[in-house]
Amino acid sequence: MSRENNLALEAQHLTKIYKRGAEEIVAVDDVSLTVRKGEFVSFIGPSGSGKTTLINILGCLDNTTSGSLKISGETVFSENKCLSESDLTKIRRQVFGYIFQKFYLVPTLTVYENVLLPFAFFKKAEANADPMEILRFLGIDKRTSHRPSELSGGEMQRVAIARALINKPEILLADEPTGNLDSKRSVEIGEILKRLNEKEGLTVLLVTHNPALAGIAHRTISLHDGKIA
Amino acid sequence: MTKKINIYQVAYKNLLRKKTRTGLTILGIGLSAWVLISLLGFNRGYEAALNKDIDNMGFQVLVTAKGCPYEAATLMLKGGTGLRYMKESILADILKHKEVERLTPQLMAAIFDPNKGESGGINAYLGVDPVTFPAMKSYLKFKQGGWFTDPTALEAVVGYEAAELEQREVGDKMLIPEKNIEFKVVGILARSGTADDGTIFMPLKTVQKIFDKEGLITAAGIKVNKDANMTELENKLYDLPDVQVVSMAQVKNTIMSLVSTAKVMVFSIALIAILIAMLGVINTILMSVLERYQEIGIIKSMGAMPWDVFRMIWTETVILCLLGGVIGIGIAFALSKITDILIRRLLPYTPTGSLISIDSQLGFITLGVVLGIGLLSGIYPAWRAARVRPLESIRSEGD
Repeated sequence: MSRENNLALEAQHLTKIYKRGAEEIVAVDDVSLTVRKGEFVSFIGPSGSGKTTLINILGCLDNTTSGSLKISGETVFSENKCLSESDLTKIRRQVFGYIFQKFYLVPTLTVYENVLLPFAFFKKAEANADPMEILRFLGIDKRTSHRPSELSGGEMQRVAIARALINKPEILLADEPTGNLDSKRSVEIGEILKRLNEKEGLTVLLVTHNPALAGIAHRTISLHDGKIA
Repeated sequence: MTKKINIYQVAYKNLLRKKTRTGLTILGIGLSAWVLISLLGFNRGYEAALNKDIDNMGFQVLVTAKGCPYEAATLMLKGGTGLRYMKESILADILKHKEVERLTPQLMAAIFDPNKGESGGINAYLGVDPVTFPAMKSYLKFKQGGWFTDPTALEAVVGYEAAELEQREVGDKMLIPEKNIEFKVVGILARSGTADDGTIFMPLKTVQKIFDKEGLITAAGIKVNKDANMTELENKLYDLPDVQVVSMAQVKNTIMSLVSTAKVMVFSIALIAILIAMLGVINTILMSVLERYQEIGIIKSMGAMPWDVFRMIWTETVILCLLGGVIGIGIAFALSKITDILIRRLLPYTPTGSLISIDSQLGFITLGVVLGIGLLSGIYPAWRAARVRPLESIRSEGD
C-alpha cells in the first residue's frame, strides 16, 4: 500500500479567517498535518486555540479560506475549490461520524430510534445491519426502549456514539465528547473511543481540553493561536 | 423491534415535544376548518333550501291576464275588482314550450259578502284543477278531510287561516252570497306558512260554472324543468298576447341579494379565521425550528440534505393541518344543527329546509383547502430549517 493510500486525511497549509466587521480573525493559521487510517489523534489546546475550527474543516463541516485537504486521497478543498453545503453533506454522510459535547438526542425518540435516526436520511450500503450489535458494544443494549430523559449523561453520550457509528463511518470526529460528563464517565467514554480505534480500526480525531483524555490517543497535536505548537 | 425509521415518523414525534402547543395549534386549525366547511355547506344548503321552498310553492312561474291580481290578498286590496281573464286554450300554447314541466290552471273569483265582518267584506274563491293542482302543491297537508270528490262537485277545501277565521270544520256548509249556492267543506288544510293558508279552494269547473266564466281562467301556474333557462322561458311567455309573467326566480334573486350581504360578511370572518390559523401554524413550526436549531444542524451533519430537512418540517405542518382539518370537519358534521340555528339568528330571511348542507365531498374539499393552506404555511419554516448549516449549531459549543 502506498503512503498516500494509507492516509485518512492530508491537510496542507490550512488557513481559516473569519471576518467580524472590519476585523479579521485567523482561527487556523497555516496548519499542515496528516492522519493515517486507523490512527487515533487528539487535538489539545486552550479555548480559542482553533482546535474546533480545525476539526470542523477536517470533518467537512466548514470550508477553508486557503490550503488544501484530501480525504482518502481525494481532494476535497484546494486553493480554487470551495464546496457547496450539499457537496459537503455528500462527503460527510460517506466518511464521517460526529460526536459533540452536547448529545443532541431527539427527546421524543427512544434510544433505539435515536440510533437509527441517520437512516431516515441516508443509509450506506455497508451500514450496520444490526444496530443491537453497536448498542451491545457500547453497553446500552438494555436501554433501547428508554427515552433520553431516562438516561444518565454517560449513557446519552453512548447513544450519541452509537448514532455516529450506525452508518459505519471511516473517521470518527469527537469534539469535547466528555465536556458534559464527570470524570468517571469521561474515562468510560475515552475507553470506548480507544476500543473503537483498536478493535474496529476506526480513525478517531478527538478534540479535548483534558490532557488525560488526550493521552489515550496515538498522537496528540497541540494548538495555540491557530497554529500547531 | 422495528429496524426502520423514516422522516414522517420523526416529524410526527417532533410534534409530541410540546403537546400543549401542538394541541392548541390543531384546535385553531380545527376551528378554521369548522368555519370553512360550515360556510361552504351554508353556501350550498341555503340555495338548495330556498329552491326547495320555491319548489314548494308548486310553481316557479305564474302567467296571468295583464293587470290581473294573482293572489287573494291583492284581490282584497283591490276590493274584489280588477280581475282579468284568459282563455283556457292558452294552456296548450304554454305547454308547447320545452321548459314547461307541468301546468295548472286557476280561476279566481270574488264576491261581496254583506255578512262578513261589521260592514261586509270580499270573499275570494280559487278554482283549481283537482288533478294538477294537488300534484303540484304536494307540500299541502290536510288538518282534516281531503281534496274534492269530483271535478264538478260543490265542495271546498279551506286554508288553515281561512278556516280559523270562518270557524269552519269539515262537513260544514258555506254559502256563496248573491249566488245563493251552498257548498260543503271537504277539507281543512294544515298551516303551510304560504298564501294558501288564507284561500278557499274549489274545483275549477265549479267556479267557472257558478261565476259564468266557462272556458276562462285568471292564471296558469307553471312548474319549470330543473335545468331550464328561466329567463328564456319568461321571454317566450311574454310573446303570448295580453299576459303578464310573475316569476319566482325574481323573488329568489331578491332574497339571494339580501343574503349575499350576510354571506360576504361571514366569508370575511372565515377568511380571517383561516389567516389566523395560518399564522398559528407558521408560528408553531417556526418556534419549533428555532428551538431545534442545533438539533437540525446535527441532523444535517448526519447526512440529511436540505430537501430532507425541508420535507421533515413540511410533514410536521401537514400532520398539524390534517389532524386539525379532520377534527374541524368532524365538529362541523356533529354540530351542523347548532350552526344552523346560529346562522338563522344572523340572517334576515331563512328558508325552511336545512341551511347547512355538508357531505363527504365537501369534507374532502375542505380537507384539501386546509392541507393546501398548511403546505403554504409550512414553506417558510421548512425553508428556514433547510438552510441551517451544521457548523452554525456546532460553533455555539466550541471555542
